[in-house]
Amino acid sequence: MSALKNIVDKLKPHFEKGGKLEKFHSVFDGFETFLFVPNSTSKSGTHIHDAIDSKRTMIVVVIALIPALLFGMYNVGYQHYLSVGQSVGFWAEFLFGFLAVLPFIVVSYVVGLGIEFIVAQIKGHEIQEGFLVTGFLIPLIVPVDTPLWMVAVATAFAVIFAKEVFGGTGMNIFNVALVTRAFLFFAYPTFMSGDNVWVRTSTTFGLGAGNTVDTFSGATPLGQVATSPTPHADLMGIVGDKIGFMDGFLGLIPGSIGETSALAILIGAAILLVTRIASWKTMFSVFAGGALVALAFNLWGPDTASAHFPWYNHLVFGGFAFGAVFMATDPVTSARTEKGKWIYGFLIGAMAIIIRVLNPGYPEGMMLAILLMNIFAPLIDYYVVDANVKRRLKRAINK
Amino acid sequence: MSKLFSEKTKQVFLGPLSKNNPITVQVLGICSALAVTAKLEPALVMGLSVTIIVAFANVIISLLRNTIPNRIRIIVQLVVVAALVTIVSEILKAFAYDVSVQLSVYIGLIITNCILMGRLEAFAMGNKPWESFVDGLGNGFGYAWILVVVAFFRELLGSGSLFGFKVIPQSLYEAGYSNNGLMILPPMALVLVACIIWVHRSKNKELQE
Repeated sequence: MSALKNIVDKLKPHFEKGGKLEKFHSVFDGFETFLFVPNSTSKSGTHIHDAIDSKRTMIVVVIALIPALLFGMYNVGYQHYLSVGQSVGFWAEFLFGFLAVLPFIVVSYVVGLGIEFIVAQIKGHEIQEGFLVTGFLIPLIVPVDTPLWMVAVATAFAVIFAKEVFGGTGMNIFNVALVTRAFLFFAYPTFMSGDNVWVRTSTTFGLGAGNTVDTFSGATPLGQVATSPTPHADLMGIVGDKIGFMDGFLGLIPGSIGETSALAILIGAAILLVTRIASWKTMFSVFAGGALVALAFNLWGPDTASAHFPWYNHLVFGGFAFGAVFMATDPVTSARTEKGKWIYGFLIGAMAIIIRVLNPGYPEGMMLAILLMNIFAPLIDYYVVDANVKRRLKRAINK
Repeated sequence: MSKLFSEKTKQVFLGPLSKNNPITVQVLGICSALAVTAKLEPALVMGLSVTIIVAFANVIISLLRNTIPNRIRIIVQLVVVAALVTIVSEILKAFAYDVSVQLSVYIGLIITNCILMGRLEAFAMGNKPWESFVDGLGNGFGYAWILVVVAFFRELLGSGSLFGFKVIPQSLYEAGYSNNGLMILPPMALVLVACIIWVHRSKNKELQE
C-alpha cells in the first residue's frame, strides 16, 4: 500500500498548477481520492469528519453487488449449456458467462466514466464518484443478448440527460442505471423483452455452440405468467422443466443478468444493512408493499394468471428483489426523511405489483415503479417535514 | 423599398428567429412541437400553416385594432384565427389529404396555440399592418425551423428516413443497427427541444439566466 502511495505522491507535482500535465488535474485527482481518503478539510466552521466518504460508500455498494454479478455470470453460462443440451461442468459454464458479461461491464464503465471525465474537465471540478455504482448496475439489469452499442448509447444518454444536466452526482432526480434501462426498453423494445433475449444461444468468443434442444423456450417466468392462456400458469424453465419458488429464490432461471437470484441479492442486502449503507426501512417496506398488494390480488383480484400468481413468487421472480435492494435504496433518489422512506418503499412495491398484474404489456413493473416514485420522493419528504412542523406548532400554541 | 425594410422591421423579422424565438426562448407552442414532429413532412406543413395563419391574423387584427372594443378583443381575435384555421384546414384536406390525416386535430388546435394569441395581443394590437405581417412571418418561421430541426432528428433516428425516403442503408441494419423507438415517442421531442435550447443559450450568453 505504501509503495502505491509513493508512486501517487511522486506523480502529484506534474498534475498541480504549473505542472506538465496540469490539464488532467481532475483525472489525477479522481484516481488519487479513489485510492486514498483525501486529507483536505474544511477551513471554516466546526465540522465533524467521518472516516467514510462517498467514494468509500460507493465501494461498499459495489462489493455488495459482487455476489449477484458472479451468480449472474454463472447463470448465463448455465442457461446457455442447458439450452444446447450439453453438460460441461461448473468452471466451463462460469467461463462462458464471464466472457459474455465482461464486455457489458467494460462498455458501461468506458462510456460512463469517459463522459464523467470530460464533464469534470470542462467544468473544472473534481471527478464525481457516482458512476462507480451506476456502471456496475447497468450490466446487471440488461438481458445478456442486448447489443453492446445499444448499451453504450443508453449509458451515454442516461449519464448526460439524467445526471449531468441536473448538476452531476447527488443532484439527479432519477436513478441513472434505471434511466439507462428505461431508454433501452422504450428505444429498442425487441431487444429488451419477449422470449429470445434472455438466454444466449449463440457462441461467445468461440466458446459454446450447438443447436438448441427441441423443448427450448426462452421466456422468463414473469413473461410466461403475462401471456398465460389459462388463469393458473405453470412455470417452466427454458427446457420445459417445471419450476417453482425455490428456483426463483436460487436463480437458475432466465432473466436479466444480475436479477435472477434472490439469494445472491440477499447476501448483498446483508452487506448493505450491516454496514448501514442502505436503509432497512426502504428495503423492508418495498417487500411489504409488494407482498400485501400481491396478496390482495391473490384474494380478490381478477381471474387472470398474473393475479393468481402467488404473492411469495412475486418477490423472488423478475427484478423485484434486485430493485428493492439496490435501486429503491439509492440515497440520492429515494425519500430522505425516516417516515418518508416507509411511504416511498411501500408505494414502490405496491406499484410494481400493480403494473405486473394489471398491464399485460409490461410483465416486469419494478423499473417503472421505481422511476415513478423517484419523482414523488421530494413531494413525500416535503409533506413529512410539513406534518412535523404542523404537529410541533400545534403543541407550542396549545401550551 | 427602404421604408419597407427599415431597421425596425428587420428586427421585428429576425428577432423571433433567434433571440426571441417563440419555442426556445418564450417556450410557447411546445404542445404541437411534441405532437407533429415524429416525421418531417407533417412538421413542415404544420410550420407553414402556423406561419400563414399568424401572418394573416396579425394583418387583420392590426387593421381592425382601432375599432375593436377593448372588452371583447379576445373574442374578435379568436373569430379571426378560427376563420383562418378553417380555411387552412379545408385547403389541406383538398390538396394534401394524407398530411392532413397525419396532422389530424393539430391543425384545428392551432387556434389554441399560444404563439397566435401572444402575437395578436402583444404585437398586432399596437402596430401597423405591414410590421404586423412581418412579425407574424418572423414568429411563424421561428416556430417552423425548430419544428423542422426536431423532426429531422426524430425521423432520421426513429424511422431511418427523411420525408419518407429511407436514408439509412440496408447494410447498416444487417450489421446490427436498429431504429430508436424512443425517438418516435413524444418525450424525445422534449429532450431534443431542450438540446436546441442548450446549444442556443451557450451561443447567446445574454439569454442565460
